[in-house]
Amino acid sequence: MCARSVSSRAVVLDQSFIGRTYPPGTPYQVSREKIAEFATAIGDTSALSRDPEVARTAGHPDVVAPPTFLTILTLGVIDKLATDPDLGLDYSRMVHGDQSFTHHRPATAGDRLTVTTTIEDIFARAGNDFLTVRAEIADDAGEPVCTAKAQLVVRGEDA
Amino acid sequence: MKDVTKGGAKGTVKGAGKGTELPPLAVDVTRADLVRYAGASLDFNPIHWSDRVATSVGLPGVIAHGMYTMALANRMISEWAGDATRVLSCSARFTRPVVVPDDDQGARVEFSGKVTDVTDGIATVAITAKFDGKTVLAKATAQVRV
Repeated sequence: MCARSVSSRAVVLDQSFIGRTYPPGTPYQVSREKIAEFATAIGDTSALSRDPEVARTAGHPDVVAPPTFLTILTLGVIDKLATDPDLGLDYSRMVHGDQSFTHHRPATAGDRLTVTTTIEDIFARAGNDFLTVRAEIADDAGEPVCTAKAQLVVRGEDA
Repeated sequence: MKDVTKGGAKGTVKGAGKGTELPPLAVDVTRADLVRYAGASLDFNPIHWSDRVATSVGLPGVIAHGMYTMALANRMISEWAGDATRVLSCSARFTRPVVVPDDDQGARVEFSGKVTDVTDGIATVAITAKFDGKTVLAKATAQVRV
């Protein structure tokens, strides 16, 4: 179906990957500039995401990330899974099924964040593979910042 | 993107109660917006900028990032709440693509939200996102400290 598809493997992913954890890589440094860039891209004009003084007056340590900003980190997770040769995900057939973020505290500029990824579930339904992935995002001190969950759907050949 | 209507302004979070409707938000999403979002989010999947690739995988054309639609929905909520950090959690299922034409007008996506519950100072907001008269997000909700 897609020219980039090089895999003709069977559709069902190996369920033994359930529970597999990918350790955190290099920490992601949240910058004021990236928060402002992301806010601009979604049309968010709030000073809380741009002006450190306004953010501090509102009780935050620095400018605050919009609610879905950490997608930047979870995309890295998806890339990590997509390039795991053992898992054998066909990226060209993969779509994002759902996404959630549970914030344990707001992410702000100055945070150094790491992501630990766990494959929570793998199942097949109606010819498609479904992967549920959990990303635990923590700060430098190891304190939880956000739990992000995504369901990835790998469409079967005939789906 | 061009805002057709603004979120925010009316209504305070303090007045939030079950049944409260959020100020709606309508956004005309253009290709330029998708390019900007791709750069900001680091999601460079070509189905969000290349008609050639999008059609080769069976899509009608370039589609918006599902996460972009989710971000706009939560912007509506942030503007209503007055502070993005009041959004304690959010989730959405991506059910239908938003097809973005290569013109200056773009694709109009319309968002609305309604408080379905308030418990212990936390409101649950049910979000509706529509493109071309059809919902593009399912089970889209946010928990908001009010």
